[in-house]
Amino acid sequence: MEMFRVLLVDDEREFVTTLGERLEIRGLTVRIAYDGPEALQALEAEPFDVVVLDVRMPGLSGLEILKRMKTSRPDVPIILLTGHSATRDGIEGMRLGAFDYLMKPIDIDRLLEKMREAVLGRTSTPAGGD
Amino acid sequence: MFLERWLNQLRATLTFDVDEASADRYRILRRNLVVLMAVVTLVPLVLMAAINYYEYRKVLSHELASPLRNIVSKTKHSFELFIAERKSAVSFIGRAYGYQELADPQRLNHIFRAVKQEFSGFVDLGLIDARGVQVNYVGPYDLKGKDYSDQNWFHEVHIRGTFVSDVFLGYRRFPHVVIAVEQMTPEGARWVLRATLDTQMFNELIASMGLDPDSDAFLINTDGVFQTPSRFYGAVLEKCPLGVPPVSYQATVIPALDPSGRPVFIAYAHFVHPNFILMAVKPQADLLRAWTTLKSELVVLFVGGTSVIFFIVYWLTGVLVRKVREADERREAAYQDMQHHHKLSSIGRLAAGVAHEINNPLAIINEKAGLMRDLLQRVPDFPYREKFETLIVAILNSVDRCRNITHRLLGFARRMDVQIEVLDVNEVLQEVLGFLEKEALYRNIDLQLNLAPTLSRIASDRGQLQQVFLNILNNAFAAVPDGGRVVVRTWDADGDRVGVSIQDNGHGMSPETLRHIFEPFFTTKKGSGTGLGLPITYGIVKKLGGCIEVQSEEGRGSTFTVYLPKKSPSLEEGGIFG
Repeated sequence: MEMFRVLLVDDEREFVTTLGERLEIRGLTVRIAYDGPEALQALEAEPFDVVVLDVRMPGLSGLEILKRMKTSRPDVPIILLTGHSATRDGIEGMRLGAFDYLMKPIDIDRLLEKMREAVLGRTSTPAGGD
Repeated sequence: MFLERWLNQLRATLTFDVDEASADRYRILRRNLVVLMAVVTLVPLVLMAAINYYEYRKVLSHELASPLRNIVSKTKHSFELFIAERKSAVSFIGRAYGYQELADPQRLNHIFRAVKQEFSGFVDLGLIDARGVQVNYVGPYDLKGKDYSDQNWFHEVHIRGTFVSDVFLGYRRFPHVVIAVEQMTPEGARWVLRATLDTQMFNELIASMGLDPDSDAFLINTDGVFQTPSRFYGAVLEKCPLGVPPVSYQATVIPALDPSGRPVFIAYAHFVHPNFILMAVKPQADLLRAWTTLKSELVVLFVGGTSVIFFIVYWLTGVLVRKVREADERREAAYQDMQHHHKLSSIGRLAAGVAHEINNPLAIINEKAGLMRDLLQRVPDFPYREKFETLIVAILNSVDRCRNITHRLLGFARRMDVQIEVLDVNEVLQEVLGFLEKEALYRNIDLQLNLAPTLSRIASDRGQLQQVFLNILNNAFAAVPDGGRVVVRTWDADGDRVGVSIQDNGHGMSPETLRHIFEPFFTTKKGSGTGLGLPITYGIVKKLGGCIEVQSEEGRGSTFTVYLPKKSPSLEEGGIFG
């Protein structure tokens, strides 16, 4: 049930690689993208159950990426990560269609729970993938 | 130069250093203003009053003295007329009868009787020939044959044709004057007709002036010798103590002091001939009685006017200074408020920045430690498993603590979306108190609610208000010992606001603490407080358009009072700290 395919998008390599490794240990399939264009490309190319997206990134901002992702793959739920005075970014993200937001540093169990909610919410529809 | 220095000094009295915190400064300002305004208004008044006083006094003196001058003038004319009349009578006798006829004793006797009947004052009549020998005489003395050739008057009558003597005492010790007229016989021989007059008529003329009992009038000659007796200053032929006034043929009035030191007016007039001066002396007090009355009225008016001016100046200055003081205090309060707000907003921004910078490395530490733990769980027979497990838990706990701190910092600086709704403050308080009921019960705290049942509903943000009341109530609960008391009150403060007060009987705060309680990171709860509760509370209340007041006494407890507007505040964009 936790064999989700996850796309992690964050420019903070140390953070995102470690998080990815931990998720893989828990049995998830992880794909990491370090910036917006890479993430959008990956989303076009591969199927994902859920996207975890950092709001603050250089270049293309998290909210901008979110908007484009929602345009190209509106069916993939997106969980936002915020690193700072985040509430407004979080709420803005929710308005733009994000599933939920979490504040860094995150608790991995909580992240998994959110992912589960996001994916199961989606998989409850007939469009579900697994 | 001097004026400039004076003006500088004047400016200095009206202004003072803005930083000067002296409690006396308003008193000093008021004193300076009163002095300056009083000087500016009163000096012209005093000058005017003084000028008026002297001018009026001068005019009045002149006016009061004029009757005296008139009477002296008139009396002087009477004297001159009297003397001229007598002189022309003697002259007429000389011309009408001629030397031969007058030399006849019977004839002269007859003429003398006739003259005496017509003209009062004649004492005797004598005929003197060219050698100066009195050849015929009618009168009370036996002066026939007396030789006058070496006497002054005889020479003078020769030079001037007529002569009127000063007053002298005759043989009978009565004051007399002599009138002598020179005549010529047809043959050209000189002879003189000489008459003696007593001065009784002079006294009568003076009496006719009708002077007051304390006034005086008399004749003196140009040597200052009395020709008529004076009431106060001496008898006939004594020296007049008032001296000889400067020559004036017009009646003139001068002020003077008489020998007894009494201020008097002297009216006088010189005669052209003989060398007499008619003088009238009147005490000034008499003439100036009217002036004294007027003067006292003037003084009353002046003192009254001055008092009124001074009172108004004093009162106005008081009002002015009070207004200045109130304006200063308002400005000072607004400035402090702004400063405080500014301080909070800078600290808020700084806190947000710091929290953000720390959150990212914190997230990395969190993941690394998490990964270590994950890996550890996959190696069951790792020799130091227990030890590592403990270490990782310690790291994760520390990360947790840091996260709490940064999240609170971010919360402090967070931009809030205020949602205004019409709500009942009592209801909000009840909700908040619901959280605390257990603690109150457990700690046996006497929680008294004194909520106005008809409290107006207000437009405000429920969530924010809950946080405000929760923060204050938490502090109150922390301040009271077990069994302590917390009183919550609500009321309609005025037309536009409702008041909420939360009073505890806890340990209270020192004035020093009280000054800092709304500053971020100031805390007295060692170890457990973040020092953000009250700054957030303050920020929210301000944001909602209200205000917060604190009264506290060490050992007696504290009272927090929050005033909230009934109408929705106009919210500015931005966070609670700008």
